[in-house]
Amino acid sequence: MNVEFTVNGTRHEADVEPRRTLADALRDDLGLTGTHLGCEHGVCGACTVLVDGEPVRACLMLAVQADGSSITTVEGLAGDDGTLHPLQEAFSAHHGLQCGFCTPGMLMSALDLLHRETRPCRERIREELSGNICRCTGYVGIVDAVQAAAEEMDSA
Amino acid sequence: MKPAPFDYLRAHSVGEAVRALADADGDGKIIAGGQSLLPVLALRMARPRLLVDINRIPGLSTITPVDGGVRLGALVRHARLAGQTAHPLLAEAARWIGHTAIRSRGTSGGSIAHADPAAELPVVAAALEATIHIAGPGGTRATTATELFTGPLETTLAEDEMITAIDLPSPQRWGFAEFSRRHGDFGLVTVVAAEVAGRWRLALGGVGGVPLRPAEAEHLLNDGAPVEQVAAAAAAAVTPSGDIHASAEYRRAMTEEFTRRALTPDTERAAA
Ligand SMILES: Cc1cc2nc3c(=O)[nH]c(=O)nc-3n(C[C@@H](O)[C@H](O)[C@H](O)COP(=O)(O)OP(=O)(O)OC[C@H]3O[C@@H](n4cnc5c(N)ncnc54)[C@H](O)[C@@H]3O)c2cc1C
Ligand code: FES
Ligand code: FES
Repeated sequence: MNVEFTVNGTRHEADVEPRRTLADALRDDLGLTGTHLGCEHGVCGACTVLVDGEPVRACLMLAVQADGSSITTVEGLAGDDGTLHPLQEAFSAHHGLQCGFCTPGMLMSALDLLHRETRPCRERIREELSGNICRCTGYVGIVDAVQAAAEEMDSA
Repeated sequence: MKPAPFDYLRAHSVGEAVRALADADGDGKIIAGGQSLLPVLALRMARPRLLVDINRIPGLSTITPVDGGVRLGALVRHARLAGQTAHPLLAEAARWIGHTAIRSRGTSGGSIAHADPAAELPVVAAALEATIHIAGPGGTRATTATELFTGPLETTLAEDEMITAIDLPSPQRWGFAEFSRRHGDFGLVTVVAAEVAGRWRLALGGVGGVPLRPAEAEHLLNDGAPVEQVAAAAAAAVTPSGDIHASAEYRRAMTEEFTRRALTPDTERAAA
């Protein structure tokens, strides 16, 4: 089936099998491998992207279901000139990542949270990121990073 | 972990969806939020020949007031439900469903149709004696939550039927208490207490194949018995099975404790 969607502001067309997940379409058909696949059944959160502004597990949505929508992946965070997003800066500054496998999903979930709440407390950050699993960091750096980015973005 | 091949139909009306299911002759499945169905497909626990996508059928995403309560269209997402103020019990229950990215896709109709005994909405539907509106190729019908749920992931829905809406009365007073190992995980025990038209109902999730209504505990509650006695009767009514997460005895003890909590106002709970 033919699908057409906008990813990070660029229109794409692809011919996908109905069983292809959005995650596979992004990674394999569009070459946007920033979106990671861990569990492929909704548990780890590594594949989280924004679809029409809402956080979505890209492994639990079919590419054909995304027809006509606007998608933001981790590749869409940095500016056109390569300037990192405040969240990306903060993850780097506060040791929010080690191997980096969970990082795209963490960033997209955190971005969604900061779209909805300007200054979430640590407990809220933990609650919202509870759907994203990291096996490296112990989460402390991640929570620090999201908090720092929230302050940076709120005062900007 | 990839689904087996299937055909895909994007339905634009309820009639089109149920006709397609009927034509698929038992080999078709509805996809709503996909938050339960896609893992099932990826694990190849189901291999339907046809998926009927109902997400673009207009008119199924509304929350409307009906006599004494609300009507949820089948496509109302959990995130919407968590954010609304018309029905506080539903808002509270929806906040316990999975994580943000799952709540933004999962639907009320999908959760009821999937009939997971540990899922929140089926327990609320049982406590509120919800009316489920169903469409099939031959017309529409309505049923109750009690009649709908027959076992774990089993309902009286026919293969060519679709849930279109769920009516839930607004309780005068209510309590919701869930025990899960981590916020967002399925509850090991979920207890919903609701007073509708002057009578209390109790429903217990996660401790049986379907949401359970402990009759004796409800009697005691309506007779004004002490909370401890009601909670003990609720625990006596369940015969949970044990698994890797919790033993049967632990689940029964948690049923008692969380029934007590569901019946204790937050303010008293905080002081205790
Ligand atoms: C990591 C994770 C954690 C979760 N945690 C919880 C939790 O804590 N609590 C909880 O309750 N749920 C939880 N869920 C599942 C929940 O989010 C799903 O939304 C819900 O169970 C199914 O709804 P859906 O709209 O996604 O349905 P789908 O996955 O699209 O469909 C599920 C089933 O229902 C059928 N169906 C769907 N809509 C209809 C309809 N209108 N009429 C007839 N049949 C229909 C489908 O054919 C399928 O068999 C979790 C899911 C994941 C992935
Ligand atoms: S890969 Fe999608 S949630 Fe794990
Ligand atoms: S940084 Fe390695 S999984 Fe999170």
